[in-house]
Amino acid sequence: MRDAFVSALLEEMAANDRIVLVTGDLGFGVLRPVWERFPKQILNAGIAEQAMVGLASGLAATGRTVLVYSIGNFPTLRPLEQIRNDCAYHGADVKIICVGGGFVYGSLGMSHHATEDLSILRALPGVRCYAPGDPAEAVAATRDMLHTAGTCYLRLGRGNEPRVHPGPVTGWKSPEALTLRRGKDIALLSCGGILTQAMEAAGILAEKGIEAEVVSFPCLKPLDEERVRALLARYPDLLTVEENTIVGGFGSAVCELAAEAGSGCRVHRIGLRDCYASVVGSQQYLRKIYGMDGAAIAEKAAAIINEKRTDARGNP
Amino acid sequence: MESYEALVHRGFGEGGPDVQDPRTLAWLIRRNGLEMTHLSRGSHIGSVFSVAEILAVLYARVLRVDPKAPDWADRDRLILSKGHAGSAVYAALAETGFFPVEQLKTHYADGSILSGHVSHKGVPGVEISTGSLGHGLAIGAGMALGAKMDGKDWRVYVILGDGECDEGAVWEAALQAAQYGLDRLIAFVDYNHMQSLDTVENTLRLEPFEAKWRDFGWQAERVDGHDTDALEEALTRAGNRAGSGRPSVILAHTVKGKGVSFMENNILWHYRTPQGEEYEAALKELEAQRP
Repeated sequence: MRDAFVSALLEEMAANDRIVLVTGDLGFGVLRPVWERFPKQILNAGIAEQAMVGLASGLAATGRTVLVYSIGNFPTLRPLEQIRNDCAYHGADVKIICVGGGFVYGSLGMSHHATEDLSILRALPGVRCYAPGDPAEAVAATRDMLHTAGTCYLRLGRGNEPRVHPGPVTGWKSPEALTLRRGKDIALLSCGGILTQAMEAAGILAEKGIEAEVVSFPCLKPLDEERVRALLARYPDLLTVEENTIVGGFGSAVCELAAEAGSGCRVHRIGLRDCYASVVGSQQYLRKIYGMDGAAIAEKAAAIINEKRTDARGNP
Repeated sequence: MESYEALVHRGFGEGGPDVQDPRTLAWLIRRNGLEMTHLSRGSHIGSVFSVAEILAVLYARVLRVDPKAPDWADRDRLILSKGHAGSAVYAALAETGFFPVEQLKTHYADGSILSGHVSHKGVPGVEISTGSLGHGLAIGAGMALGAKMDGKDWRVYVILGDGECDEGAVWEAALQAAQYGLDRLIAFVDYNHMQSLDTVENTLRLEPFEAKWRDFGWQAERVDGHDTDALEEALTRAGNRAGSGRPSVILAHTVKGKGVSFMENNILWHYRTPQGEEYEAALKELEAQRP
């Protein structure tokens, strides 16, 4: 996703010299093509995230689109007040870019786990939140974001993720949700890089005779409410999947809508259950430990379906 | 009932106050500041009084701004990073024609656009809303960087509080501004030596303050922050340094509560609102200083 983002950014920068990227002393190698091709459109703000975001707000006030680039929680939690006051409140054209959403930097420890960012950034008025699910969605989200005025947050994964979409996602406009797989028994609603696990889960479920629809939400805020309502109307159960705390994030957004819609559909959530990950391990290892890998998602979905089928037979 | 404007302007005669005179404008900032904090039962009058001459010199003599075209692209930018002295900026803007002076009486009031901490929403002439300390210098650096990238010659002025310099983000921005050679960025510190609970010295010591800024790559000088001539001269020197590759800071030594004897250097007047006999006494002292 990281590299997909950079490739899309390079195209946009070539067409618009008012786009500037400010890095918080990170992106070694990844940002090299930007330094080489557009040296006047990139600068290093040093390891000073608060001032970096303030600086970005000031730069944006001179008629620029300014991307702030860092990893994990560094571009969000550290300068949160600058994002809120200096960017969002002023409608500044600042795009906060996080590389390493979720457990991407798993082995580096909890400081590097971005597992509350979706909840926290989503709570800020005036901040559009993107969390693409694969490199193709990352390209689409980057383009959409750079053509959308105002403060945005883009949560990316790492480099070299597998593609989920068979080809490029063309003509995408936020907040449209994207259907990856059709189903009829349950729908898996995925937000962010965990999409690969949702797809894997659907494959496992198919082997068990359960047909799961998989829908990716590359934009968390605003939410594609129309799509969520349609899913609420169609399925008795929805399972949301996010590599983030279940408190206040994507699953919460779907639950809020479901509750207000008064639908009879039950919403179940996969995510970090209000805890920090203290186990050491790779992204995939931590997904497994914290119950959000493909097998765990499939297990949860199967349990929901089996509970329904048991009820239907009239058994306790 | 006498209008707010008449109340403050009484005694200036038909021509009204000469707001191009920094001393007159500083007095008007204090006079309005007293009235605004009195009417609203608001606070921070001590800061409003300490920053009065800094703002007066900027608005009367230095800033390239046009009240008829507040969004003019090549205007100078002013950021009040110590947003709690917002009523001083509102007063300076109203008195120099950005909006009616009468509007100042709505400060703090239900439905007003003039919040206690300076706000840009709906207020012509205010660039940036502040209130949480430590934000303004970085934003100003970003604006100055943008101007530099565009080859523009407008300047950015940022007014910091001394207590505000406890914030780490101020020093992050100081490093960045020096690194990027932002010589059209001019910062003030309203150095009144007092913060919210105690003196600067007893809280987080800033001295040697000038040396700190120099060590961070800035041109730094100290002036008497209530001497309008000295302030203007310092600003001329700072302005002449455009091209030097270094940002400038003016440490303006001020007195918190300046202009009203019982408020001066009294920590109480960071929060206290002038009412009753205290309001009357403050009014009497200020009226005695009317230009």
